[in-house]
Amino acid sequence: MAEINSELKEFILKEFLPGESPEQLTDSTPLITGGILDSLATLKLVAFLEERYKIQVQAHEADVEHLNNINSIAGLVQSKL
Amino acid sequence: MSEREVLHYFLEDAAHLRPEHDAVVEPNESAISYAGLQDLSNRLRDRLVHVGVRRGDRVGVYLRKSIDSVAALFGILKAGAAYVPVDPFGPPARNAYILNDCSVRAAIVEERFAEKFHAESDRLGRRIPNTILLDSAGGGRYLGVALEREQARDAACPAETLANSPNDLAYILYTSGSTGKPKGVMLSHENATSYVHWCSQVFQPNRDDRFSSHAPFHFDLSILDIYVPIKHGATLVLIGEELGKDPGRLAPVISEQKITMWYSTPSILSLLAEYGKLSQHDYSSLRVVNFAGEVFPIKHLRALKSLLPHPRYFNLYGPTETNVCTYFELPATISDDQIRPFPIGKTCSHVKTKVVDEQGRGVAPGEQGELLVAGAGVMQGYWNLPEMTARAFLPDDAGRRWYRTGDIVAENQDGDYIIIGRRDRMIKKRGFRIELGEIETALYRHPMVKEAAAIALSDEDVGVRIKAFLSCQDGRHPSIIELKRFCSENLPSYMVPDLFSIQETLPKTSTAKIDYQGLKEIA
Repeated sequence: MAEINSELKEFILKEFLPGESPEQLTDSTPLITGGILDSLATLKLVAFLEERYKIQVQAHEADVEHLNNINSIAGLVQSKL
Repeated sequence: MSEREVLHYFLEDAAHLRPEHDAVVEPNESAISYAGLQDLSNRLRDRLVHVGVRRGDRVGVYLRKSIDSVAALFGILKAGAAYVPVDPFGPPARNAYILNDCSVRAAIVEERFAEKFHAESDRLGRRIPNTILLDSAGGGRYLGVALEREQARDAACPAETLANSPNDLAYILYTSGSTGKPKGVMLSHENATSYVHWCSQVFQPNRDDRFSSHAPFHFDLSILDIYVPIKHGATLVLIGEELGKDPGRLAPVISEQKITMWYSTPSILSLLAEYGKLSQHDYSSLRVVNFAGEVFPIKHLRALKSLLPHPRYFNLYGPTETNVCTYFELPATISDDQIRPFPIGKTCSHVKTKVVDEQGRGVAPGEQGELLVAGAGVMQGYWNLPEMTARAFLPDDAGRRWYRTGDIVAENQDGDYIIIGRRDRMIKKRGFRIELGEIETALYRHPMVKEAAAIALSDEDVGVRIKAFLSCQDGRHPSIIELKRFCSENLPSYMVPDLFSIQETLPKTSTAKIDYQGLKEIA
């Protein structure tokens, strides 16, 4: 689980927050409600999850409930492994 | 019968000719017939007239896209008023500003948005006088229930549908403004109906067509979406805000709904080609694909056309102030050596265009200049901004008003216009029009920000990315995460900068202005 969290953190920093200090992004930083993930970024994130972890994310899971912070994304991935 | 010049008569005619036919459909949810839409919008008209809405008044629409919101537009028009749609998912402060700016006489608001909206309106010192509250939006049920509730409380008498003049205001669409405040583009019945009739000539719609409605109603693409099918007694298929952003769910819906006429920005079409698994669905009903709002990167267009080869494709061009004023039909196949985006094409028959130099003189064919537009499609002006309106037009010796698009174009050998660039700081991102100055104004509101500048960077993959440069007070600066959060509370999501860069100080020109050229070099 910790490994998934750190991979997600690295991906989000690189793709959506270039230039941000890594310590600013915590496992509970709000991503969708905080304006970091817009709809296009969410698609990119889901494509990354499906590719990296060989899982299928359902349309209804690509929402604020499942993807709003690193902890919940990691939980979603974990539940599918 | 002569052609109609007032929008709501399209519905009156269709309701008379084919009352039982589906007028508006929500995928997987419900549908309303022409008779049903006629009745529901008449009841809203009666209520609005009862609370004092009169010809020329404005009425706000703060609803998610739904049968309810389509009925709301027609109810407002039938009362003789102009509708002002806002983005229900946009910042409540911005929406309150918009509906306050054009001093709406009434507003139709969904309960879930009401509390924040009223709080923001109160901060501006003016609560909207007559609010019709809907518990939700979908199927037309909620508007029906809200009207019954109002009727039980305070009965309204049946009113007459107003016989508007073609010059009466039909709707106001707010777009990004360079001063930091959105500005209202005022469009008349004639502006819209002249365009709808042009669409009839070019796309030859028939009563069995099923039109998509992908764009939100505060976006000018919605005018074709809503009024062309209703004029022809065809069917409008509503694509809601959430579905519209999700290519994986949207792709099968277009197939299941047997959409025949599609219209959207290129960005969602690119996403459908990339993520929609289009080869798994049947699109044999689809006969026309229209796109507008931004340049379609040729790489993505080629991918889409190879997946969906048979429809006709049109590139439609025009700012909100004129709606579509030029069009270009793509060739049946895109040759391998096509690397530039396609032209915006030739002038639509309901307007006139010309290209002028900086002094306003016509240029020789093939030379670059600013594209100007005149005629029936061109807006009346900006709401309550007479000076900005005057600057937007260049009158000619005959007294004709030419709208200055700000787009620099040239005519190619085939007589088609091609876009060269802009003469100001407006950009298009995912089809949304953005004044970079509005982003800067929002950034300046952050207490730690001393200087702010936003620039657009072109990007092979996504088209355009916005980069903001900041300098801050006392060397302390907010984190990028904090800046994203702050922007998302003050700006629509498409305006939130993609990239931030914190600088000691921003580069200046010799006249001490921010040096945008210098910023582009360090970007």
